[in-house]
Order: sequence, then structure tokens, then C-alpha cells
Amino acid sequence: MARIGVFVCHCGENIARTVDTARVAAAMRDLPGVVYAADYNYMCSSPGQAMIRQVIAEQGLSGVVVAACSPHMHEKTFRGAAAGGGINPFLCEMANIREQCSWIHQDREQATGKAIDITRMIVEKVKRNAPLSTIRIPVVRRALVIGGGIAGIQAALDIADGGREVVLVEKDPSIGGRMSQLSETFPTLDCSQCILTPRMVEVSQHPRIRLYAYSEVESVEGCIGDFKVKIRRKARAIDESRCNGCGACQEACPNKRIASEFNQGLGKRAAIYVPFPQAVPNLPVIDREKCSYFRGKARGSKKDLCGKCVAVCGPQAIRFDQEDSFVTENVGAIVVATGYRLYDIGKEQDDKRLKGYGEYGYGTIPDVIDGLQFERLASASGPTSGAIRRPSDGKEPKTVVFLQCIGSRDPAKGIEYCSKICCMYVAKHAMLYRHKVHDGQAVVFYMDIRAGGKGYDEFVRRAIEEDGARYVRGRVSRMYRDGEIIKVLGYDTLNGSPVTIDADLVVLATAMRPQPGIEGLAQKLSVSYDKHGFINEAHPKLRPVETNTAGVYVAGACQAPRDIPDSVAMASAAAAKVLGLLSNEELEREPTIAVVNADLCAGCFHCERVCGYGAISHREIRDRSGSLIKVVAEVNPGVCWGCGTCQAACPSKSIELAGFTDDQIYAAINAFADL
Amino acid sequence: MSEAASTSTETGQAGAIEPRIVAFVCNWCTYTGADLAGTSRIQMAPNVRVIRLPCTGRIDPVFIIKAFERGADGVIVSGCHPGDCHYLAGNYHARRRFTVFREIMSFLGIDQRRITFSWVSASEGRKWGDVVNEAVARVRALGPFVGYRSLVEKPNAGA
Repeated sequence: MARIGVFVCHCGENIARTVDTARVAAAMRDLPGVVYAADYNYMCSSPGQAMIRQVIAEQGLSGVVVAACSPHMHEKTFRGAAAGGGINPFLCEMANIREQCSWIHQDREQATGKAIDITRMIVEKVKRNAPLSTIRIPVVRRALVIGGGIAGIQAALDIADGGREVVLVEKDPSIGGRMSQLSETFPTLDCSQCILTPRMVEVSQHPRIRLYAYSEVESVEGCIGDFKVKIRRKARAIDESRCNGCGACQEACPNKRIASEFNQGLGKRAAIYVPFPQAVPNLPVIDREKCSYFRGKARGSKKDLCGKCVAVCGPQAIRFDQEDSFVTENVGAIVVATGYRLYDIGKEQDDKRLKGYGEYGYGTIPDVIDGLQFERLASASGPTSGAIRRPSDGKEPKTVVFLQCIGSRDPAKGIEYCSKICCMYVAKHAMLYRHKVHDGQAVVFYMDIRAGGKGYDEFVRRAIEEDGARYVRGRVSRMYRDGEIIKVLGYDTLNGSPVTIDADLVVLATAMRPQPGIEGLAQKLSVSYDKHGFINEAHPKLRPVETNTAGVYVAGACQAPRDIPDSVAMASAAAAKVLGLLSNEELEREPTIAVVNADLCAGCFHCERVCGYGAISHREIRDRSGSLIKVVAEVNPGVCWGCGTCQAACPSKSIELAGFTDDQIYAAINAFADL
Repeated sequence: MSEAASTSTETGQAGAIEPRIVAFVCNWCTYTGADLAGTSRIQMAPNVRVIRLPCTGRIDPVFIIKAFERGADGVIVSGCHPGDCHYLAGNYHARRRFTVFREIMSFLGIDQRRITFSWVSASEGRKWGDVVNEAVARVRALGPFVGYRSLVEKPNAGA
């Protein structure tokens, strides 16, 4: 038999001015099952809460309704008071007669009538509330970081320094990401590798970091606190325990004409190669598509296959027969830090919505390059040892034109967002160019200058005032080869006149995009992503490093275009969240989740199909002799987020969302009008 | 807007308000948006009784039929904008169910114009006010919904 207590709050004048709270309390007293109803000035105050505790004890209440402000405001407060009074907190609910009644109406009669209806609906619901206990799931106190760029490295170091084990997975043969390819970083013009490589070494030597380079996430199962991640360790064809990193193999390789990925196609590498001298781990990898041995083997060739690397390898570390292997790691939290790639200046795009720039030659003009390629030219470890040279003939360019916003901010080309870093790195490029070519002229075509960080605007001014960069506000309509130079036809909108530059080299500041294959990874993790592939944060303002999937966090440029300081900050923030999560042995979750009644369940799995989280699994019910009776649905309490879509989809109503059962909702519907 | 809404509300028997509207809203977007309307003191017609659910995906079409059976003249269903569902895709399921359900509603004798389906985000307090006022005006023009009630009242004397 229900014994509900109703407390109607005046909230000072906020409710009482418009709603006759005494009348609401009186109307509730008349309801069957309500044994106590009163109105009071401020229910959320100490005396107000004490009143709830007292009445629970005196009246032996089985449920509490507080008619006051929005549950978003004080549900926690009153549930705490109810628990303090000795009843299960989930037997307490709020009726919103402030935000959704007294504040939006003026007629006292109508507002009071509405408040009575609202409170009655909640009373009828609470009569059918069941006590619920917080769910506790054990936590595996290790973390996984996906991506070994600066964000992934920072997150891994922070978590490991915080005392927890970290598994770091990187798909390329070495960690370091895009930052390892940069020459110098804005706004300090620090040598990029000089500040990055100590961190890379720290990762490889840290006792609590397990590094899987040249590896990818194959599958993810489980939930927050207990993820089982299967990792594919791709075959380098090298025995890591024997290789001493001498590099003799790449010297001996007969095929050294392969375009180097690290040098963005401007330099060459061998078929067996270490991506760059500071690579971590310092291990080579064999490119099976280009290596003569593997190509011969694939053709079924009977001739002696190449083995020049084997011949010079002292430790005998080459293993042609090595296959991809798999390892499963158990972790409690995952950080996604897969970084970015640049928009392709060529004609072929991997996304139907994107269009290339035919007006800039679709990448067919060799002296039209992108920002990362310019970084490799400027880098001391690059293909030209840091000298700025034209890719076509190796001459030093005397006029370099930089174009900002290539791909970015251009709905017609498929990318409407701003890539954030280009204004800064173009200014940097203009400065680096002038530092190396003292009589060179940099011309920058821009739409706006976005230099909002600390020291950023000053940096751009330096490029203009100290290093003589000429900034032209306008876009370039067309470029084409004219003999040895590139004719750049643009417009100066501040001047109102067309501008033609005879350029020796053109650098396009292309849009930042997430890595290819990000959608596949996101689906494995059940995290959402936007139409560009950027991972979605849980809330753009207040939860920037979490995703909507419990236990999966995000850091760096895979979430949105971002520079190094912001990526590092975000990685540390994600690490803090992870350490908070892993600081507990057990995790508490709200118990308003779905539960299956196995007796009723027919195993149709409509619920599984509509569940956005993959929280439904199959459970076999067997008799004592082990024969299968039926397969029913089962909800993983660690994964279920409590939306109830499964219950609405269930044809037999054998799955129920605790806290919002059909009984509770129908009771509220039936009570909405006093008829 | 607010003055017009409250003075033109007709009162039926015993001072009850007509039309009667039940709103099924999702906790994360529309309910929060309705709270925002309250915080912003946006005045609106007092005809709506809100039922808070975690997600519009929780809405069983039978809830809507039940609301009409129990005296509602109109129903509002409101959730997060497509793509913004707090539970990833619950609102898409709701939309799909509703698309099928509209046809069943006509078959049941409920004028489709009595039901409002909207997306109201947590920041759209004003929009919630507009949805409420527009729905109330539209349902009032259709008159009280009596079809179902007369079926229910006759066989169960004293129900």
C-alpha cells in the first residue's frame, strides 16, 4: 500500500506568486495513497530537507514527491534527503511546477490547475517506483592510447607518470606523428624534433608504457572499466629482439627509388627502411609491395630472390616469413589521439563531397607543393638538408607564393570549417624562407589572419615587418606553368586591383582532415563522428575531452583542427580524466538502465538492433542436462546508457527501463487530467 | 503573445482548460529547453502537461493512443535534433516509428493534425514556447477529441 509524502515548495515568490501552493497540497491530500502533503517556503534549504527526513520517519513513507523547481536543478538534493531519511533515493521524484509552470504562466487559476495536474502525474508515477541500487562495475586500472603523435605521447606519459600502465598503439613504423615532420614550430621557432624526440624516447623507456608501433586496433569489446582490445601487430619482417638499429640493411637495399612518406614524396627511401633517423622504435620495416624479395615470391618466381639485406645483417634479424600477429590487451579507459592528415591537392579525393583545385593544376605542377612538403624542404633532416629548392629543377626559388585557405572555409570544395593552424604556419614558412634565402620574396594571399594564441599575432607581424613578407588580401583565381615559372593570377581586394606574380615556388596551405580510416576505428569504439570524420566530443563547451561513449576520451587534431599547445593541453586533460576513472577500484553507474525479463523474452533481438551502444548480448538458457532451451537478450549494465529505445521496440515488452517502466509512464498518462 | 494565449483559452466544464495537450519530451534536449523557456520567463499557453522520458526513442506509439483515450485533445512529441541525440540515435528510431504511426493514427480516427512532432534543443527555449502555442492553437481549432472517449465510456459504465 503506497504511502506517498508530497512537499509543495513556494520557492519564495517564484512559485507562490503564481501558484496557490496550499491548494496544490490540499488536492494531493485527497489522492488515494498520499498520506502527507504540505507546502513550505524553501524545500531545498536545510530545514526543508530536514522536514523530508522527519516526515519519512514519522509517516513511514514509501515514496516522496517534491513539487518545486526542475529535477535538473535539485533531484540530486532531494534524493540525498530521502536517502538520509532512510528510503531508497530512487523512490523520490520531483514535479516541475516552477520552470514549466509558475514561470511561464500568469493566470493564477490556470497555473494552479496545471501544478495540481503535474504533481498528481508524478505522484501516480512514484507509486510504481522501485528501489534501485547504484551499479558497481570493477575497473581494470590500465589505459589504451590510440595514436603516437604529440597528443598520444603526452597522454601516455601523463597517465604513466600518474602510476597507471598504458598501452600505446601507433599505426606507422615510428611514433612522432606530424610533429616529427615539422622543421620548426610556431610561435617560438623551436626545432620541432628537438622538443619532440626526448618525449619519444621517454615513451620507449617508460616502465609503465607498452608501445606497439606499426600496429593497429583490430577490435574492441566490453565497456568502461573493462575493454578488451585486440591489436594487430603488423609484420615488419624484422626480429625486434635481434635488430640493433645499425641501418646496414637500408644501405644495402638495391631499390632506393621509392617515394618517402616521411618526406611527403619529395625524397626517396629504400624498400627496407627506417622512416627517419630519430625513429622510435629504431627498427626498420620492409615495404612488401616494393621489396624485390616479396614481389618475386608473390609472382611465384623460381629464380634466386633478393636477399642483400640479409647478407649484411650482422645480428641476422631479417625474417621474411614473419606474419602479422595479434595480442589482446585489457584496459579500463581508451584515449583516441589519431591526429590529422592534409587535404590532397591532387584531383583524386577519397570523399565524394570533396573537390580538387583544377584552377591550381590538380597537383600536376611539380613546383606547387603543400605545407608539409615545405616543412620537409626547410627541415635540416629533409631531402635537401634544409635548403629551399624547387622540386622540378633543384634551383633556389627567389619568389615564393603562399596561398592560405586551400580547401578550408570553402563549402564549394566540400570543407566549410577553418583549419586554424594555417595562418600561423604560413607566417612561419615565410619567415623560414627569408632566413634561408636572404634575397627571396615571400608573397602571401590571405582571406583573414587568424592568430589568436599567445604570442601569435606578434609572430605574424614579425613575418611582415622583420622578414619582409608581402601579404595580399585576396584569392588566387588561377595558376599555370609559363616556361620555368608559375604564373599566379590573384586579386588584391584592399586595393581593388588584380595581382600577377611570377612565382618560382607555390605553397598551398591545405585543410586539416582526420586520418583515413577514422570512421572504421570510431565504429569499433562506438564513438560518433561528424560528416568530416572528426570525433565528436560529449559536449562542445563543458565536456571537450570526453565522448558520448563512457570510458573513451579524445585528444588532439582527430577531434578538430588544432595546434600543438592545444593538443598537448587536451591530451593532459584526457589523461586527467583517465586517471580519475582509474583511481577507483570500482565504478558507479546510474541504475536507470534496461533489464530483460528472461521468462518473457523470445529472443527476437529487436532490442539489439536498435541499441546504439551494443549493450545487448545473447544469453543461452540451458536445462540441467545442458540442452539449449532458448537464447534471450541480456543487457550489459556497464554499457547500457538507459535510453529505453529497446523497450519501445520490444514486441513482447520483456525489456524494461528501470525508472521509466511502462507501468510508471502509463500511470502518469492516466493521471494527466482530473477526469 | 502571452496575454492573447491565456485570455483566449476556453474553459470547459468545472473550469478545466481546453484543449488538453500531453507532451512526451526527451530529458536532454526538449525538457532542458523547456526549463530554459521557464528561466527566461517566456510565457506560453497553459494547456500542456509534460511527461519526461530519457529519450524520444523510449516512446511507444501506444503512449500516444493512451493519452487520447484518457482525455487528451492533442499530443506533442519532441526530442533532440537529428544527429544530436544524447543516446546517439534514439530520436531517429522515434522519427521512424512516428512516420509509420501517423498512418495508423488516421486509421484509428485521430486527425493527424492533433499530433505535433518537433526537434527542440536544450538551447531553444523560445522555440519551445512557439511549439506549444502553435500546437495549442491548431488543436483548439480542431475542437475537442471525442471519438475515442465515447467508445471507452459506453461499454464500461463507471470507468
